[in-house]
Amino acid sequence: MLNDFINQFWPATIDGLAFGSIYALIALGYTMVYGVLRLINFAHSEVFMIGTFGAMFVPFVFGISSPLTGIALAGVILLMVVAGMLASAGTAVALERIAYRPLRKRGASRLAALISAIGASIFLQELFALLVIPNVFNRPQQGRIQMGLPRLMERTELFSIFGHSVRVDQVLVIVAAVGMMIALDALVNRTKIGRGIRATAQDPEAAVLMGVDINKIVRMTFLIGGGMAGVAGALYLISYENTYYYIGFLFGIKAFTAAVLGGIGNLRGALVGGVVLGLVENYGAIFAGSDWKHVISFSILVLVLMFRPTGILGESLQQARA
Amino acid sequence: MALTLGLAACGNGGTEAQSSDGGASDTPAASTVKIGFMGDLTGANAGIVIPPWNGANLVVDEYNKTNPATKIELVKYDSQGDASKAVALAQQAIKNDKVVGLIGPAFSGESAQVAPVLEEAGIPSITASATNTKLAENGWKFWHRVLPNDSVQGPGIADFIAGAAGAKNVFVIDDKSEYGKPLADAVRGQLGTKGVKLTNDSLDPAESDFSSVVNKVVAAKPDAIFFGGYYAAGGNLLKQLRDKGVKDAKFFSGDGSLDKGLIDGAGAQNAEGALVGCPCYIATPDVTDPKVKNFADSYKAKFNADPAIYASEGYDAATVFVEAVKAGNTTTDKINEFIKTVDLAGVSKQVKFGDNGEVVAKDIYIYQVKGGAITLLGKATEAKLG
Amino acid sequence: MNQKNSVEGFRHRFSQYGDAVHERWLNTPGWQRWIVYVVLIVAALLLPSESIGSFMSPYTDWASILFFPIGTYVVLAIGLNVVVGQAGLLDLGFVAFYAVGGYAMALLGTRLGWNFWLILVVGIGLCALSGITLGAPTLRLRGDYLAIVTLGFGEIIRITARNTDAIGGPNGVRGIPHPPSLPDIELFGVQIFKYGVLDPRPYYYLLVALAVIVIVLVKRWEKSRVGRAWAAIREDEDAAEVMGVPTFRFKMLAFAIGASIGGAMGVLWAAKAISINPNDFQFLLSATILAAVVMGGAGNLPGVILGAFVVAWLPERFRGLQDYRMLIFGAVLVALMIFRPEGLLPSRQRKAELQEGSGGMGTLGAEVPGPESQGEEVASR
Repeated sequence: MLNDFINQFWPATIDGLAFGSIYALIALGYTMVYGVLRLINFAHSEVFMIGTFGAMFVPFVFGISSPLTGIALAGVILLMVVAGMLASAGTAVALERIAYRPLRKRGASRLAALISAIGASIFLQELFALLVIPNVFNRPQQGRIQMGLPRLMERTELFSIFGHSVRVDQVLVIVAAVGMMIALDALVNRTKIGRGIRATAQDPEAAVLMGVDINKIVRMTFLIGGGMAGVAGALYLISYENTYYYIGFLFGIKAFTAAVLGGIGNLRGALVGGVVLGLVENYGAIFAGSDWKHVISFSILVLVLMFRPTGILGESLQQARA
Repeated sequence: MALTLGLAACGNGGTEAQSSDGGASDTPAASTVKIGFMGDLTGANAGIVIPPWNGANLVVDEYNKTNPATKIELVKYDSQGDASKAVALAQQAIKNDKVVGLIGPAFSGESAQVAPVLEEAGIPSITASATNTKLAENGWKFWHRVLPNDSVQGPGIADFIAGAAGAKNVFVIDDKSEYGKPLADAVRGQLGTKGVKLTNDSLDPAESDFSSVVNKVVAAKPDAIFFGGYYAAGGNLLKQLRDKGVKDAKFFSGDGSLDKGLIDGAGAQNAEGALVGCPCYIATPDVTDPKVKNFADSYKAKFNADPAIYASEGYDAATVFVEAVKAGNTTTDKINEFIKTVDLAGVSKQVKFGDNGEVVAKDIYIYQVKGGAITLLGKATEAKLG
Repeated sequence: MNQKNSVEGFRHRFSQYGDAVHERWLNTPGWQRWIVYVVLIVAALLLPSESIGSFMSPYTDWASILFFPIGTYVVLAIGLNVVVGQAGLLDLGFVAFYAVGGYAMALLGTRLGWNFWLILVVGIGLCALSGITLGAPTLRLRGDYLAIVTLGFGEIIRITARNTDAIGGPNGVRGIPHPPSLPDIELFGVQIFKYGVLDPRPYYYLLVALAVIVIVLVKRWEKSRVGRAWAAIREDEDAAEVMGVPTFRFKMLAFAIGASIGGAMGVLWAAKAISINPNDFQFLLSATILAAVVMGGAGNLPGVILGAFVVAWLPERFRGLQDYRMLIFGAVLVALMIFRPEGLLPSRQRKAELQEGSGGMGTLGAEVPGPESQGEEVASR
C-alpha cells in the first residue's frame, strides 16, 4: 500500500495540480459572487458547462480535425479561451440580470435565490441538450451524448520528474490558471472596479453612499467570475477533449467544495482550496480506490471545517488586501 | 409563452404520432394494439436507450406501412431511469393504455421493480439492454431478454483475454454501475481461475479525469486491461491511458462499449486495436449478412446516424412483438405464448427464449477497432488475434 | 411601467385575499376546524379516484404517482420544512435520511426477515441517530458551510452504498418484503390493507396515515416552546443564544426530527418498491424537495404541502411535452421565485420577516434599495 503511494506519488501530484487548477478557476466564480451577494450561485456549474461549449465552437467552426503546431495552435487556443470566456461571462451576466436581480430588488431571502439558481441550472442544461447542441453543433438526436474534441495539441512530454513525464497540456493548464489568478488578484486589489467590489462586499450601504453603482459592481462580479469559469472550460476542453450537457454538475459541486475549503469569499482561498482538493482526491484514490474520490473530498471538507470553521484561509473578500 | 413554444416544438419533433397516423384513413376497419417502450429517454443515460427506441420504431413503422389488419402503436414511457417513475408508468401502461406487451425497461434497476408488476398483470416484456444476471432468477413467466446476461458475457471475454490474447497480467476496471460492476466481477472471477495476475480499480463514469486509475495501471504494467462500463467513460479512459504511455497493453471491454462513441471518445489512433466482446452481432461496415446490412441502411436512412448500442436488440425485441401480432395474437396471454415458442433469425442473433426468459443464443463475438472502425474478429471461442 | 403596476396590484390583492382567509380561519371555532380537518382527510383518501385521474395525470397511473412522487415528496417536504422552514438551517442533503430509511427497510427486511412495522420504528430511530451524528460536528457551522457539508453527507451516503458490496453495491437490494396484508378487509371494493404489487392504493392510504400523524406532531412542536425556540434561532441566532435559548440543542432536535420524518418515508417507500439501489438517492432529489419547501412557502405547512404537490405533479402532468417538460420546469422555478419569492403560501410571520428585510435565512447581500425597488415598496404600502 505504502509502496503504491511512493510509486504513484509524482504522477498523482502532477495530475492533481492540473485538475485542481481547473477546480480553482471555477471556484473563483462561487467565491466572488458569495463575497458580494452572500449567494451560493448554484447555476455557476452551468456557466462552466457553457464555457466548454463556447470553446468547442472555435474548432467546430474552423473544421479543425488534426493536430496543429506553432502559431496556428497558439492562435486557436487563444481563440478558444476567448470564446469560452465570452460564452460563460455572457451567461453569468444574463443569469444575474434575469434570475437574481429581481430577487435582490425585492429583498427576497437567499433561499429563494438558491431555488432560482437551481431552476436556472435545470433550464440551461435542458436548453443545451435539446436545442443548442443538436442545432448549433449539428448533432441531431445526440444532445445528451458526450461530444468529443478532435486532438488539437499533441501530447508531447515537456520534462520529467523522477522518471514521470510532465506533458505540455498539463503545464498549459497550470500556467494559465496561475496567470489568470494573478491577473484577477491585481484586478481586485489595484483597480477602481476592484475597489468597488471590495467595498460592496464589505458594506453595501456604505458603498452606495460613497457613490458606488451597486448594480454595475454586481454585474462586474458575475462577469469576472463567469469569465474565469470560461477559461476553466476552455482549458478543460483542450486537455480532456470532451464535454456534454451535464458536465457542470460534478465540477460545480467540487469547485464549490474547493471554495468553502479554502474559505469562501476569499480569492486566494479558492486557489488553495482547488489545488488541495485536486491533490487530496488523487492521493486518497491511491489508497482507497478511485471510486471513493468524492467521499474523500467531502470527508476532508468536514474535517477541515471542524478545526477551521471558515476554511483554510478563512478570511473573506472584503478583508483581502494586497 | 414558454408552454406554447414547447407544445409547438413537440408537434414538429414528436415521434409518437408517426406510428399510427400513417394510413389510418384508408383502412378504417383496422384495429390497433399498443406496445410500450420503457426506458431512460431524456435522463443522463439516454444515449444508451435512444438507439433501441429508434430500432423498435423502425420495425413498427415498416410493419404499419404494409397496412395490416391490426396495426401496432408504439407507446413511449420515459422513466428517466428512475425505478419509481417506471413503476407508475407501468401501472399506467397496464390500466389505462392497456398495452399488450412492453419493450424494456432498459436498465436492470428499473427492471427489478417493474417486472413483478408486469408479471402480476400478465403483460409480456422483452428487455433489449438490462443484462443483470439476477433478473432471470425470479421465476417470472412474462419477462424476457433478447441478449445474454453478464455471467455469460464476462467469462466468454475472460477466456478470450487469457486464451487467444495470451494475457498473464490483467488490470480490471469497472464503472460501479449496475451493468459494469457485475460484468467486471464475472471477468475477474473467470480470470482468477486461469492463474492470471489481477489488479483492480473502479471509476465514477460521471467524472472526466481518470488519472488516478491511469496511474495505477501505469504502476501495475499489465499486458491487458478490461473495462466494464459504457462507451463514453470507456473512450475517455482509453485516451487517457494511451496519453500516459500505456501503449502496449491490449484494451478490452464489453457490449456497453460496443459503439462508435468509443472510437470518437478515445480518438481513432488511440482506439486502434481495442477489443470489444459482445453477445451480439452488429452491423459492421464489412458485414455480409443481407438482413443485418438492410437494417443498418434503413436505420441510417431514417435517423441519419449509424445504428448505435443496443439498436439491433431493440429492433429484434420489436420484431418479436410484430411477428406475434402478425400471427393473429392480440391478447397478452397469446402473445406471451408466441414469445415462448418464437424462433426467428433476428438482426443481432437467432431469437429464441428459454424457460427463464433468457435468450438461448450464448455466442460471444469479439470485435476489434481497425482503421477507425469496428470490425468483426469472430466468435470468442474461435477468434484469433492477428 | 404600467404593466409593472398591474402585476404589483395583482400581487397585492392576492395577498389581501390570503390574509382575509387566514383571519377568518383564526376566528373559526374549534368544532368547525375539526370538520374542515375531517373533510380534508376524507378528500385525501378519495383522491386516487379514476374520475379525476384522467385529468390529473393523463400519461401516468394516477394512484401510483399519488404515492410516488406526490405523496412521497409531500412527506419529505414536511420533514425538510422542520429543518429549513422552522429552524432556518439550510440542508442540501436531505435525501441521505430517506436513503438510510430505505436501506434500513431493505436490509432488515431481507436479511433478518423483520416485520415492516418493527422496521418502521427501528428505521425512524436509526435516522434520528444519523441526523444527530451529522449534526453534532456540523451544526456549529454557519449557514452556508452547513449547506455544503450536508450536500457532501448526502453524496457520501449514496457513494458508500454504491461501493459497499456487502449491501448490494450498485445493484442495491432486491426482494424487499411488503407490509403484512389483511386481504379480508374490503371497503368500497378496495382491499385497503392488501399490500401487493399491482394496486398502489393501500400504500397510498398508509402514506396518508403517516402524513396525518407527521402533520399533527409537527404542528404541535411548532406551537410549543420548541417551535418558538426554532423561530428565535431562525430570526437571530446570536440574540436567541443571549436570551438563554440552548441553540445547539434545538438545532440538533430539528435535525433529528427532520431526519426521522425523511427516514419514515424511506421505510415506507422501500416497502412498496420491491428493490432499491443507490441511484434512487441522487442529489437532484434533495434539491427538488428543497425547491418544494421554498416554492410553497418555507415555514408554512399548507404552503409546503402545496409546493411539494406542485413540484411532483407538474412534470408528470405535462409528460406530453416530452423532452421540454424539464426545460419548462426550470423556467417555472425561476419565474416563481421572481414573482413570489416568499413562496405560494407564505406564513405571515415569514412575510413580515421578509418585509423587514431579514427574512429568516437572511437576504442577499447588496440588497440596498435602488430606485426600482423603492417604487415597489410604495406600491405595496
